[in-house]
Amino acid sequence: MLSCKDVTRLISESMDRSLPLRKRIGVQVHLLICKFCARYERQLLQIREMVRQLVATEERPGAPYGEALSKKTRERIEKSLQQR
Amino acid sequence: MRSVPGPLKSWLEGVIVFTPRTWDKNVMFKTGGIDPSEWVERYGDYLFRYAMLRLRDRAAADDLVQETFLAALKDRGSFSGGSSEATWLVGILKHKIADHYRHQAREAPLEDGDLREHSDPSSFDGSGHWVSGPADWGGNPADLYREKKFLEEFTKCLSGLSPNHANAFTLREIDGEDTGTICKVLNVSETNLWVILHRARMQLRQCLETHWFNRNMGKGS
Repeated sequence: MLSCKDVTRLISESMDRSLPLRKRIGVQVHLLICKFCARYERQLLQIREMVRQLVATEERPGAPYGEALSKKTRERIEKSLQQR
Repeated sequence: MRSVPGPLKSWLEGVIVFTPRTWDKNVMFKTGGIDPSEWVERYGDYLFRYAMLRLRDRAAADDLVQETFLAALKDRGSFSGGSSEATWLVGILKHKIADHYRHQAREAPLEDGDLREHSDPSSFDGSGHWVSGPADWGGNPADLYREKKFLEEFTKCLSGLSPNHANAFTLREIDGEDTGTICKVLNVSETNLWVILHRARMQLRQCLETHWFNRNMGKGS
């Protein structure tokens, strides 16, 4: 019988590869009866989705927020480009 | 005149709101000629944001953006014009970031402590049961990326991980790389990488819960 500790590890692993059938069944059975592990899996997948959306938003040109080059760095880079 | 139905109305609003951005994008991603004197103005912030999200370190991001422009200037003959200038520059930056990760992995190799399975001893008791399980986050947290403060909190949580853990998470979840590629960059076995990613996800989840969800949703376990 898998413990919650085992299952959290396997949930993460299943996000990186397809688990062998036996393990996959073990996890699914555990998730049916354990509300915390089921919630844990849901939240990891939500984090994955949030990160995906965040990247799509951030990397759109003219992103609504996010950081910009400082004036100092901008000048430094422009100078270094002119010297070449 | 009949009023516009809800879904159509929001679609129309979307078209109106996003039109200027689409136009910006076309200007920025135009293909063709190279004009290095405009690079910093045109792509500087874009490349910097890309680097910051992946390096979490202003000085390192500054340096790699500068190196990217210098390398691009030197190799501008290799720009085919087949892709946009922005895509070409990001490609160069991406290689530099991977080199930076490689360097960090060499400087601070993973130790046994990084790979031990009980990623967060306080989460589980001796028999492997939750001591206190994950809290209910409520609502629809997937929409949170829209909030600037969430981005800050997320970056802070990611910075709290050890560099190798944060880099592994970044390569996997931000860049969507496969595990084989990540193993090569970080010089670890696949089994070790699974453990690293497991720890990174667990710590990050806990950090977001503590610093974001409990605070902003008034819910805790």
